[in-house]
Amino acid sequence: MKIITFIFSALLSIALVYILNTKMVLPAPLGKLLAPQSGVWQNAENDNEGFSADLQFPTLNGNTTVYFDERLVPHIFSDNDVDAIFVQGYLHARFRLWQMDLQTLSAAGEVSQVVGDIALKHDREFRRLGMVFAAENSLKKIEADDESKKLCDAYTAGVNAYINSLTESSLPLEYKLMGYKPTQWSNLRTALFLKYMSYDLSSNERDFELAAAHNYFDSTSFNLLYPVKQDSADPIIPIGTVFAEPSIKTVAPANADSTYLHGEVTAMENEKPFAENGSNNWAVSGSKTKSGYPILCNDPHLGLNLPSLWYEMQITTPTYNAYGATFPGAPAIIIGFNDSCAFGFTNGGRDVRDYYEIQFKDKSRKEYWFNKEWKTTSFRIEKIKIAGKPDFYDTVAYTIFGPVMYDQSFGGKRNTSSKNYAVRWKAHDSSNELKLFYYLNKAKNYTDYVQASTYLHTPGQNIVFAAKNGDIALRTQGEWPAKWPGQGDFPMPGTDSSYMWQGMIPQSEVPYQFNPERGFVSSANQRPVPPNYPYYLGREYPSSRGVMVNRLLNGMSNITPQDMKAMQNNNYNVFAEMLLPVIIKNMDVTLLSGSEQGFFDQLNKWDIKNEANSIGATVFAITLQELRDTVFNDEFSLAPEGALKPFESTLMEALLRDSSYKFIDDISTPAKESISNMVTKAFKGACLELNNLKTSHKLEWAKYKDTHIDHLTKLPAFSRLHLPIGGGEHIINATKAVHGPSWRMVVSLTPQTEAYGIYPGGQNGNPGSKFYDNGIDKWVQGEYYTLWVMTKNDINDNRVKSKIVFKRG
Amino acid sequence: MKFIAALILTVLSGYASCLFLPWWSIAIAAFVIAFIIKQKPGWAFVSAFLGLFFLWAVLSYTISSNNAHVLASKISLLILKVKNVIALILLTGFIGGLVAGMAALSGSLLRKIIWSNKV
Repeated sequence: MKIITFIFSALLSIALVYILNTKMVLPAPLGKLLAPQSGVWQNAENDNEGFSADLQFPTLNGNTTVYFDERLVPHIFSDNDVDAIFVQGYLHARFRLWQMDLQTLSAAGEVSQVVGDIALKHDREFRRLGMVFAAENSLKKIEADDESKKLCDAYTAGVNAYINSLTESSLPLEYKLMGYKPTQWSNLRTALFLKYMSYDLSSNERDFELAAAHNYFDSTSFNLLYPVKQDSADPIIPIGTVFAEPSIKTVAPANADSTYLHGEVTAMENEKPFAENGSNNWAVSGSKTKSGYPILCNDPHLGLNLPSLWYEMQITTPTYNAYGATFPGAPAIIIGFNDSCAFGFTNGGRDVRDYYEIQFKDKSRKEYWFNKEWKTTSFRIEKIKIAGKPDFYDTVAYTIFGPVMYDQSFGGKRNTSSKNYAVRWKAHDSSNELKLFYYLNKAKNYTDYVQASTYLHTPGQNIVFAAKNGDIALRTQGEWPAKWPGQGDFPMPGTDSSYMWQGMIPQSEVPYQFNPERGFVSSANQRPVPPNYPYYLGREYPSSRGVMVNRLLNGMSNITPQDMKAMQNNNYNVFAEMLLPVIIKNMDVTLLSGSEQGFFDQLNKWDIKNEANSIGATVFAITLQELRDTVFNDEFSLAPEGALKPFESTLMEALLRDSSYKFIDDISTPAKESISNMVTKAFKGACLELNNLKTSHKLEWAKYKDTHIDHLTKLPAFSRLHLPIGGGEHIINATKAVHGPSWRMVVSLTPQTEAYGIYPGGQNGNPGSKFYDNGIDKWVQGEYYTLWVMTKNDINDNRVKSKIVFKRG
Repeated sequence: MKFIAALILTVLSGYASCLFLPWWSIAIAAFVIAFIIKQKPGWAFVSAFLGLFFLWAVLSYTISSNNAHVLASKISLLILKVKNVIALILLTGFIGGLVAGMAALSGSLLRKIIWSNKV
């Protein structure tokens, strides 16, 4: 009897431990997680301890000291360039390991091993796009160069030095919650991270969606829906610029008009980066500033997440002293300044990803038809590990164009599976972007900046520059394929070389501006060049922001940094300025009910600013959505699924120019509708939603837009929701629901640099730290931190809160 | 007296074992202490439960207050669906206490079996 009681009690004890240590019964291993000496309690950062430490590593060359200030920004003082990068890697890992680990696993298509088969489709897509293939190619170039190899090795060693110091208790919080451990870092992972940014910024193509539309609409309609030119565009390189004779004279294939995509298009990519990934940057010369010295500004627009994409730091070595925002996952300062100059980026946005239709000989995919013969494919077997399941093997065929991304075995979102498409992505070509950033960090003048810039091939970016000697410049930088008009808009035939890219535009022909007369340079993702540019650019450059930026800068003088901060937070809606009169003029007020008239009054008295508490902004936004649907849905409901919907700017310009725009008519009715019919109908539709918002007290713009910053796991407990901030699409303050200015920087290049910056997050990626999200409220208010460029004389300043000493040993 | 001794020893050994071993070593510690010290099984459970409840609750409370409860409010939201730091600390203590209590009960019962033949 006693024995039975004992056995029962013992078994119960063991069962209890088992239940609390695994996810078998409870959704989380609560015992393991809540044990104070090893679980998540250990991630609750002690306010009274600092981060001071004395560390020794055998691969270091010399001595480095890191001083942390009151925002936990590290100021690195190193006696050699290579150790500084080791320390950068160490700090990135110390404060942001989980994020950089997960982002590179995601880039490599290796997420299924962590979260299970729900990520299998993502992993297959990224492997088939050739992300790892691209990273391997770049890595060859990076490692072939002595200088960049040393830096890359140091970065990897620094990250791993931190990873190898971790214990069960000191593992970052998310690893404990998700139940896995960090993967060792490698040079390949740095290359993968850079390719991931490439993906995020150079996947701006909708070839299949546009092809589906092209197949369906006649060519007049097609050109009305997707115009190549936009009248309102104020290009980055201004109208009036003269271009040299192009060194590559592209020739369209003879059969382009007849055979360039007819027949069904079935594969459509459905995992896409944000279409709005873009940014603002500008530099004003001393002729326009109060100080007489240039001011440079940049705010990159990216997805808003926690932990933040950016990590602030200062690096001082015997050869340079630079401060700015960095990417955990890659070395160097990405957007920032040094003692001589400042630099920043906006997305170039040209189409550098094209698809080619492949004819395989048979199901084995061993051969494909090219230039009148059967060529052999090479196969790459992608092994995808899946948590809790057997490995998945995906065999990808590689052709002369690149990997066959969509075929019988994988089609994204397919309707029928009869075609094969290979992807030619500029990011597959090897390039050494590490040198771009390293040389920018060290740049002392315009010549250095140009030399550094030419290392940037993909993703193409508009690089802005300003120097203390007064120079300002901007380059629409990238290694761009030279295309004939229309090339790459749709998937192309891949049975011969006639549709291949005919060469890369040489660096000497990259459009640029240097100390222009108008006293400023700027870019906001608009069309990079005026129509006389001799190469084809594609159709995708909707942007009113460029118009607004240039309008403001043209009108300003005696500019101060405060003026620039205000400008970055400007909520004026130039798109609405252009479209609203058309809407108001064409509204048939006789058809409006009492409450609808009330909303119309809001439109009439709106100040055209998307401030957080604006109601007019909400009315306009919803009316615009409805108008777009009302005008195009009748035609598009008959078009093939997935056909690209036209841009808002296309609609706006069409209505401004032509009140008898072809698509105004609702083809589902016998009558021919006028613009007034459509505007009134759209507005009435909008009022339905507006009434609902009024009832739920969400009419104010910030409440409707509901900006929020999610943790990468999307867990609300670690996210910041319902942020009361204005701005939006087409506006300089481009803050949308989950996307917006991820870093804002203003740098005045006075002899003693005056710099300001802010990002919506904090330096420490640990949700248990008070530095996790401390910048968000200030960012919401449009405020900035003063960036402290520390010197050796400042080591006893009371802003220094802790320090880490790195020595060889 | 035995009760107090058992409680204190369970706390000390539970804390020490977690310095080197996984969290569930508190069960081993509680089992061993209850095997060594003669108590009625019911009291063995209570002394171990109270000891580890106290240890884990105090440890987590100390950690949390040094952290201005930043993490605890988020974790409680995650696990308990409400922001309640005290509830999370009590839960922590309860888990530690329950595991230790059950192990101590088993240890005490085993002691009774093995030593029941001796006087």
